[in-house]
Parts: sequence; C-alpha cells; structure tokens
Amino acid sequence: MKEYIPTYEGTVTRYVFVDSPDITPQTLATRAYEVSEGVMIKETCFGLQVTGMPGEVDRLIEHIREMDPNHIFVKDRGFPPGDPRRCRANLGGARPGYYGHEFEIGLIRFVSHGLDAIELMDEQDYPEVKPPWTAGPGLDARTLKRIIDAEEK
Amino acid sequence: MVKVFIYPSTSLILSDMVDRWGHEPLGAALQIRERIQTPGFDSPPLQMTPDDPKRGLRYAAVEVPSGVRGRMALMGPLIEEAEAAIVINDADFSFGCMGCARTNELVKLLIRHRDIPILELTYPRSEEEGVAFVGAIKQFLNGLSEGAA
Repeated sequence: MKEYIPTYEGTVTRYVFVDSPDITPQTLATRAYEVSEGVMIKETCFGLQVTGMPGEVDRLIEHIREMDPNHIFVKDRGFPPGDPRRCRANLGGARPGYYGHEFEIGLIRFVSHGLDAIELMDEQDYPEVKPPWTAGPGLDARTLKRIIDAEEK
Repeated sequence: MVKVFIYPSTSLILSDMVDRWGHEPLGAALQIRERIQTPGFDSPPLQMTPDDPKRGLRYAAVEVPSGVRGRMALMGPLIEEAEAAIVINDADFSFGCMGCARTNELVKLLIRHRDIPILELTYPRSEEEGVAFVGAIKQFLNGLSEGAA
C-alpha cells in the first residue's frame, strides 16, 4: 500500500460567502490579506476560501465578518483549495458541492433580511414559522384549457 | 457550546447560523476533513478505508448497499455526538443517487430516535419567511445555551 501524506496537514479550510450590496469578494480578499499572517487565502467568484491552522482561521474570519455580518456567511470545507479530487480544473464541470451552494445562495437574501429584522426585535416578538406550503388539489382540465385558450388569443 | 447536528449536512445557511450564535455545527465537512487531512495509507479518492462500511454496520444492516453503510460511517458518529439537531425538510438538492436518498432517510430517522432537542424547518421563500426562519433558529440555539448553562 502507498503512503498518504496530506497536502496541508493539520489545517482547516473554510468557505466565506459574501452576498452584499456593498462588499465584493475582492474587497473581502484585500481586508483578509491585511490580517492574514500566514493564512492561505483564495479569492473566488462567491467570496473566499481560507486555509490555515484552526486558531488563525477563526481569528481571520472573526475579523472579516465584522465588515458586514448579516451578508457574510461561513462554512467548513473538508478539502483544501486546489485539491485534484475536487478542483474543477482537474474534473471539468462544476465542483461537486457547488449545486448545493448555488441553491442556498439563491435563498440567502431572505436569511440576510431575517438577520437584519431580528436585530430590531425582542425575542418574544419573533414571528412564528408557518407550516410548510402543501399543494392543493391539482389543476383540473377545464381550467387548464381556459388558460391555454387565453394564451392563444 | 452545544454540538448541533445539521441536516442537510452540507448546508451553508445552517452551518453559519449555528456557528454565528456560538455553537458547533456538526456537518459532513468535519468527517471528510478528518480523513483527508490525516496521514496514513492511500485509499483514494476520499480516504474511505474498507473498515468504514464495517463501521456503517452499526447503523444499517449488511444487506443494505455498501454506499449507504459507507455514508453512515461518516454521518453515524456525528449523530451520536450531537446534543441537538436542526433539520430542513425540503432540501431537494441533497437528493442524489439511491445511496444518498436512503442515507438521508436513515439520517432523519436516527436523529428523531435520539432524545435530543430538534428543530424542523423548511427553506424560506420570502422575506417574511426569512425573518421567521432566522428567528426560530436563534430562539432554538439560545434555548440550548440556557439549558447548557
């Protein structure tokens, strides 16, 4: 059996997603480099990937989160950046896991709005979560025909 | 700090919310990282060893496909470690092959069988739902902090 030596042993990698009207990944990267102190930073289209020893990464994330706390989102990543098993430069097509991020980033503006709103509320005033939407009875043929006819006119 | 299992285990939103309010999110990345960042014998591509499906036997029977047992070798220990859980029920993107789909069902079942606080939600689809979604998570996590204190 072959020996396996990790590329960045003992490090952690975190994604930093930014969905802000005021901050771009570039400004985020510039601020991150100012306080990086050896932490590896990779700028991406959605934000950053930060790799380093756990304490250093936590410190850096805490610092850049302050820029716009309700529009910057952080998540752990298992692989370091550029790992040939995950990097799309080697695989072609989107990176595995991208689709999940793509889906959630589409909804993140509602979460940002929620974060902004609850800052101004007391805990007892938080609105209740409504039960999930369920489909009503299906569209009957007559209504469907009426819609089609209306479109054709 | 309470260890909170998140489902979908790759969720950016849940991972961030749990971390933001001072708890530890238990997601798939932690298990993947443990394998990828630990030196040992080469077992490509994800450093899953033949022992992993055996560990999965703890959660799924031997006639269950090895894909489910392999995935459970990652998710099972996290579920056991969890002190609370947040589950999003309409995470369609986590539906994949049959291995993923059955593992997802098993993960939800095992979480519900554990005697831990669970918050079940759906993704917000409007700004109003966003406020309720974030409020529910914050309330739940604050409740955990008070319980742990």
